[in-house]
Amino acid sequence: MKSINIEFEDIIGRYLNINVDNTNYRIYVEEAGQGIPLLCLHTAGSDGRQFRHILNDQKITKNFRVIAFDLPWHGKSNPPEDYELKDYKLTTSLYKKIIMSFCDNYKLNEPVIMGCSMGGRVVLHLALEQSNYFKAVIALEGSDKLEPYYDLDWLYRPDIHGGLIQSAFVSSQIAPQSPDKFRHETLWHYMQGGPGIFKGDLYFYWHDGDFDDRSGLIDTSKCPVYLLSGEYDCSCTPERTLATASRIKGAKAVIIPGIGHFPMSENPELFKSYIYPILDEILE
Amino acid sequence: MQSIETWIVKINSNKRLIEKGRWVNLTFTFGIGQNDYLFEIIEGKVISTTKRTILTRSGTFKIHGEKIAWEKHWLNIPPRDYHDIFAMLAKKLIIIDGNLTPFMQNLQYFKDLIASNRQSIK
Repeated sequence: MKSINIEFEDIIGRYLNINVDNTNYRIYVEEAGQGIPLLCLHTAGSDGRQFRHILNDQKITKNFRVIAFDLPWHGKSNPPEDYELKDYKLTTSLYKKIIMSFCDNYKLNEPVIMGCSMGGRVVLHLALEQSNYFKAVIALEGSDKLEPYYDLDWLYRPDIHGGLIQSAFVSSQIAPQSPDKFRHETLWHYMQGGPGIFKGDLYFYWHDGDFDDRSGLIDTSKCPVYLLSGEYDCSCTPERTLATASRIKGAKAVIIPGIGHFPMSENPELFKSYIYPILDEILE
Repeated sequence: MQSIETWIVKINSNKRLIEKGRWVNLTFTFGIGQNDYLFEIIEGKVISTTKRTILTRSGTFKIHGEKIAWEKHWLNIPPRDYHDIFAMLAKKLIIIDGNLTPFMQNLQYFKDLIASNRQSIK
């Protein structure tokens, strides 16, 4: 029989089950690499595919075990049983519990956690509340205080195509310089979101996740905080990122020119040139 | 910034844009500073543009910005806050008013239609 060479990517995908508040969630997770766990949290309305360029980067995976899971209701992670009985709404409390339950079930020891957008917000909460557990937090497009500028009801109604409106809304968040192929891949993830899920995530992102009244309590000597935001991000703007950094003593903030709200997926090579030095610093 | 006439030719020769807007049949107002233009669209094509002189003719919705804002939006690489009409909206650089349902139903079409006045689109 003729041997066939298959060139697989380094990423391995599998499922695990976690339980939060007596509800079972079947979670899809991808990982690659070895070393310090680097847990990646996707943006609102998308899924873990956003991190494929990080998972496939051997310069990162030689020292970090990169892990990206899809939140329940997202990507290949199912909604829980009885999801049809109420609209999805992500609260700060549920979001944190899912992350910590995932970490516990995945037996992660002192992980670095890196989240983008709503993921970038929740890691700041975790830097405050779980500073003994996380080795460092990296907030991409993350802020402790945001101001909504559109009405979420447009995202979930029968006379408007959910996938198309989600994609069209977030297309404003991608920098014009980002390569077309990655722009449209990033938008494709948004076109595939379940009905009302982006809207439900934005409840946390726009409304429930503010904590500028407490972010100053983060102790960066116990859990270092890095903030990275794109010049073209019009929701978590550079100004909001810098304002957040100013409230967290010892936080390090960098604004990336020529990139938007989805740095790891809209322009992976540019993003990597900014994330490598941070990961190197964490390694030291 | 190109003339409205040149822009309309560009829109109507963009097959992909017309395809995306094939369900769009309406008139909307596009405002540049003191000047409002009524864009009449049938199946994604701009059939006519007329300068708005009668104020009771407003179209289904209106998008308005100052001339300088649109000039920045139409640069080949627009600066931040000017690169997309939603980014401009977030910064209050434009106003969108009226019945927004058909606008939202075809949001990417309208974004692309307005951005198509750029000198070169990637």
